[in-house]
Amino acid sequence: MSLIHRSSSLLKPLAAGPASLLRRPFSSATDDDATKITVETSVPFTGHRIDPPPRTIDTTPKELMTFFVDMARMRRMEIAADSLYKSKLIRGFCHLYDGQEAVAVGMEAAITRKDCIITAYRDHCIFLGRGGTLLEAFAELMGRKAGCSKGKGGSMHFYKKNGGFYGGHGIVGAQVPLGCGLAFAQKYSKEDHVTFALYGDGAANQGQLFEALNMAALWDLPAILVCENNHYGMGTAEWRAAKSPAYYKRGDYVPGLKVDGMDVFAVKQACKFAKEHVLKNGPIILEMDTYRYHGHSMSDPGSTYRTRDEISGVRQERDPIERIRKLILSHDIATEKELKDIEKEVRKEVDEAISQAKESPMPEPSELFTNVYVKDHGVE
Amino acid sequence: MWGIIRQKVGTGGISAPSMQRIRPAVSAWRSYSSSGKEMTVRDALNSALDEEMSADPKVYVMGEEVGEYQGAYKITKGLLDKYGPERVVDTPITEAGFAGIGVGSAYYGLRPVIEFMTFNFSMQAIDHIINSAAKSNYMSAGQINVPIVFRGPNGAAAGVGAQHSQCYAAWYASCPGLKVLAPYSSEDARGLLKAAIRDPDPVVFLENELLYGESFPVSAEVLDSSFCLPIGKAKIERAGKDVTITAFSKMVGYALKVINLRSIRPLDRATINASVRKTNRLVTVEEGFAQHGVGAEICTSVIEDSFGYLDAPVERISGADVPTPYAANLERMAFPQVEDIVRAAQRACFRSVPMAAAA
Repeated sequence: MSLIHRSSSLLKPLAAGPASLLRRPFSSATDDDATKITVETSVPFTGHRIDPPPRTIDTTPKELMTFFVDMARMRRMEIAADSLYKSKLIRGFCHLYDGQEAVAVGMEAAITRKDCIITAYRDHCIFLGRGGTLLEAFAELMGRKAGCSKGKGGSMHFYKKNGGFYGGHGIVGAQVPLGCGLAFAQKYSKEDHVTFALYGDGAANQGQLFEALNMAALWDLPAILVCENNHYGMGTAEWRAAKSPAYYKRGDYVPGLKVDGMDVFAVKQACKFAKEHVLKNGPIILEMDTYRYHGHSMSDPGSTYRTRDEISGVRQERDPIERIRKLILSHDIATEKELKDIEKEVRKEVDEAISQAKESPMPEPSELFTNVYVKDHGVE
Repeated sequence: MWGIIRQKVGTGGISAPSMQRIRPAVSAWRSYSSSGKEMTVRDALNSALDEEMSADPKVYVMGEEVGEYQGAYKITKGLLDKYGPERVVDTPITEAGFAGIGVGSAYYGLRPVIEFMTFNFSMQAIDHIINSAAKSNYMSAGQINVPIVFRGPNGAAAGVGAQHSQCYAAWYASCPGLKVLAPYSSEDARGLLKAAIRDPDPVVFLENELLYGESFPVSAEVLDSSFCLPIGKAKIERAGKDVTITAFSKMVGYALKVINLRSIRPLDRATINASVRKTNRLVTVEEGFAQHGVGAEICTSVIEDSFGYLDAPVERISGADVPTPYAANLERMAFPQVEDIVRAAQRACFRSVPMAAAA
């Protein structure tokens, strides 16, 4: 899915070294696509008013490798953004997603680009998953012309309409009614597509979410509300903000599923299940139990409200990329060195995108007054 | 001489449950019509919605009581029967939720017409109007446009109290990315609503409850389904030569020779300034509060463009700087009356010393 669209040295057939790794038959299989590997999610799903899907999932070596590369790329992008922010090339707000990659990648694997995704401001990796390029992302972060919003949006306002990605929203909770609106339009247009509206544990208490959920349930909209529960709304732990932090149950009359958001296969299974469900039955809530390594934003060290032991503990026990690495190694799909080489390639890819982005100029002064309206009238 | 009509305060009226209504001076306008046809503002809005829904299957209506109830003010009467519940959508009383759903559907390409029962309730949804709708085309550099209309009654009704009487024209008109329209007559209502629905940008459409039942002459051209008025153009109802009076919505009926703004954003600065350059005097009229109001904006734009042409300070007539009282006598004092406009025009015409010196 996403590999084909990347302008990545990983795909160049004649490139030497690790690029050819993904095209060589792996030691255990003659055909990457046909070999079936059965995996189990780390924990079973928990259902609210619904029978959860099974925890055994079929995959292929190709899919495993794709998951690894995609998550590694997202991880590398966010780490690089951290450095760029500290060098003052990125300004304002910058909310990083490292740790949560399995949600973006698992969701993408279960759906098509005709399905819609809308999220809040921690949006860089979702953008990538929807087909956005590293160049567009870094250029936007640095406020340059080549950015996905031509430099006029910034970190919180990435969009890719032709990839089914509707942003990138700065107002906590607003994206949920908007997402239900996308689902409304899909149903109105009689399409068999769905919308995933992502929000955090902080946003889960927003009134407008319940207003939208009520209407989505009344009208059987194909809306999947996905709570990316990283357990902290900025600096406030979930138990200090929510009387009931069982977010998958908060829909009351709307069924819900609790999912290990650090397990890309659990995410994929849950999203596939949810898509089938909502097309017949109206909305569902998915709670992704996930974690962000960075603080809320670049101005938050992330350690005043949680311990370093907690952060390193999650990294050790539940890191999504490490889980896939272990699976790949245990099934002899690639060697440790091969995986490290892939990570080096990804790092190079990211560095190249950054240098290209740095060369992109800032927008023309005349752009200040464009796009206010679809047909801008003359500047006064 | 100043084009002000003395008006009687009358009782009754079709739609307003109030005891006191000010009737605009419609009678003097009948000579405009050549077809002899008249139409209420309510029917004008209803027919505009009907025609646009018929022409474009992506247009739909959403709001409280728009369907089975036939519309709180009957503006959407008959539409449910004609177009069905998928296109005429009754909502629960959740403005933030349904405004957001409307905007999200517009992101996808539908053309929603969201009704607020009054614009006072729009404050619950204002984040979606401003942050989700108005700014999206800009933040996405043109990827996501939002062809949505937010419509409903704005400003004072009669006897409905402080929380139900505010004018939001200045609030919405201050925001780039929105278009803000305020029709007065039936021609305005038809032409501007059609333009709003066809417009690819978010439009805030400010109606007036007390005007719904008023009849105005409409020509054959206005009745045609292709009729449309341009956004951003004011209408000179009748040109005066002594003073320029600007007004919008219900206040247009209080003065015969007046510039009917029709469009609050974009404001038709060209028409206003051209008139001031002829009359050299300006009175702005609005129901809303004076501070940071539409009149303040018009005054400054005239100072910016035509300062040398002014022979007198600009007068702004506005609502009193108080939450709207309920008692009938106090309520009457809280909003501009014809006498206030007359006095302002007199001051503008006969003033020989600046206001500050007279204090």
